[in-house]
Amino acid sequence: MIEIEHLSKSFGSTHAVRDVSFTVPKGEIIGLLGPNGSGKTTIMRVLTGFFPPTCGRARVAGFDAAEQSLALRQKIGYLPESVVLYPDMRVRRFLEFCADVRGINGARKRQRLEVMIHDCGLHEVADRLIGTLSKGYRQRVGLAQALLHEPEVLILDEPTVGLDPRQIVDIRDRIRALRGSTTVLLSTHILPEVSMTCTGVIIIDRGRIVAEDTAEALTRRVQGAERTLVRVEGPAEAVSSVLNGVAGVARVELTNGTGSAGTCELITHSTAGEPVRRAIAAAIVGHGWGLVEVRPLALSLEDLFVRLVAEEEIQNENEKPGTGNPK
Amino acid sequence: MAGFPFCISCFLFLNSLESHVTFLALFRKELVSYFVSPLFYVVTAVFLCLSGYYFYTDLIFFVTFGFGMNILENFWQLLLVDLRLVMLLSMPLLTMRLFAEEKKLGTIELLLTYPVRDGELLLAKFSACAVVCAIMLAGTLLYPIYVHTLQPFPWLPLIAGYLGLFLLGLSFIACGVFVSSLTESQVVAGMATIGILLLFWILSWNEAATSPELLRVLIRVSMFDHFQNFAHGVIDAQDVAYFLFFVGFFSFLTLRVLESRKWRGRR
Repeated sequence: MIEIEHLSKSFGSTHAVRDVSFTVPKGEIIGLLGPNGSGKTTIMRVLTGFFPPTCGRARVAGFDAAEQSLALRQKIGYLPESVVLYPDMRVRRFLEFCADVRGINGARKRQRLEVMIHDCGLHEVADRLIGTLSKGYRQRVGLAQALLHEPEVLILDEPTVGLDPRQIVDIRDRIRALRGSTTVLLSTHILPEVSMTCTGVIIIDRGRIVAEDTAEALTRRVQGAERTLVRVEGPAEAVSSVLNGVAGVARVELTNGTGSAGTCELITHSTAGEPVRRAIAAAIVGHGWGLVEVRPLALSLEDLFVRLVAEEEIQNENEKPGTGNPK
Repeated sequence: MAGFPFCISCFLFLNSLESHVTFLALFRKELVSYFVSPLFYVVTAVFLCLSGYYFYTDLIFFVTFGFGMNILENFWQLLLVDLRLVMLLSMPLLTMRLFAEEKKLGTIELLLTYPVRDGELLLAKFSACAVVCAIMLAGTLLYPIYVHTLQPFPWLPLIAGYLGLFLLGLSFIACGVFVSSLTESQVVAGMATIGILLLFWILSWNEAATSPELLRVLIRVSMFDHFQNFAHGVIDAQDVAYFLFFVGFFSFLTLRVLESRKWRGRR
């Protein structure tokens, strides 16, 4: 559905995107993950036909983004990063405008408007000015305008940024519900979001693809070992030595944890996850200490990112001597 | 052979039909956004107040000094030329927001990812503003109707004058839309438009400052010399062509600016 081949985009001397290639098959939800300024929005703007790439090709739903942008724009729904809508238009009137611009009329227009207002929970605000809506409602209106014409491809730029937790869950559910029927490309810088909503993830940094896989596979790949946080009511040194003896635990780290007096906080490094946690819990209870907390430590995006970029750089180092050594 | 241009125009018309729905949606949005903002009412009110004052003083002037003389030459011509100044000061306030506001808000990004041609967008904004301009001018029709009840006079030359004012308005809009497409700031757009339009006025105002050859060129270019014929009640094809060219030229520039997003920076 989305095919990008050797896409580059530069603005003057800044290279926003460099030689990026990937495809998104029909019905998949792919997350574009990367820090701010890594080129996510630029890729999305190329895909929406907003501007053509400097080099390379981008095709969406079979249409070239540069040459057939008008036909392409019929097929896509786009939610821009800072959902900016006309503040002096009423919600219903704005959605009507979107339908009119896309040539949806008559019974289908009425039906789609009702479905969108219902699905996106806009009943209460349908007759309010967009300018008076909260960020969460505006995001929903943005999603409604993107889904109004039942697009084949949906492009969402940071769909959950600036929302409260309940709204984030809400938007994620809506996106997940599209799996199979609509091809979705969404950008984010929140790692758990990708594992929760996406079937695949593409990580980019400074305009280049660093990694491309499923979220789980990527996490496993860079993690190698699992880290578990353990908080125990008991003497730190003794607990540490006991945990070192538990089968499967490779290393124990004492943190100067924030727990109350008498408790200690440790991080264990192990190769397997769940069985080791069970063994740890058993060992602690067996020694008569109070088990306060055993929790696997999730890898943060920062960790994942730093490691992926480091891997990349090591690869480049290894390749260098061959090419950079003429004599 | 004569059928050839006809076929072409038919083809173009059929082509445009396909997208007229999009155009109408955009046009309606632009027009409505004028009527929901206080700016339109303020500008129109100020325009009509100033025009009304000009009408009153010009009429007193005519009654005092030119009574019994040709009303067209001594009253309507003066008034039309005065209205021109009020238009010059008020039209930029109506055009300044057209693109600048969308760029400032960022809605232009959303709009340009809809299946909308740049030309349709420009035409919608231009037409909406032209309608508003026509409404403002229609407000001044009260004066001739009032005078006509007191003392009948020939209508046709005045209609030519109004056509001139409307064409002048269209030129102001084309120029204003172009300037608005260049900047994110409405104030900058408004001020720059007033500056450009005023320059087109004063290009030929001082004969002594330019050589006779240059003056001949300037008079050709000056928007306000082309308006004089209309004020006299004469519709000259040359003048109509001049205004249409002016509109076409600035619209062409605006389309190029819209297109520049393809090779320039982010927005």
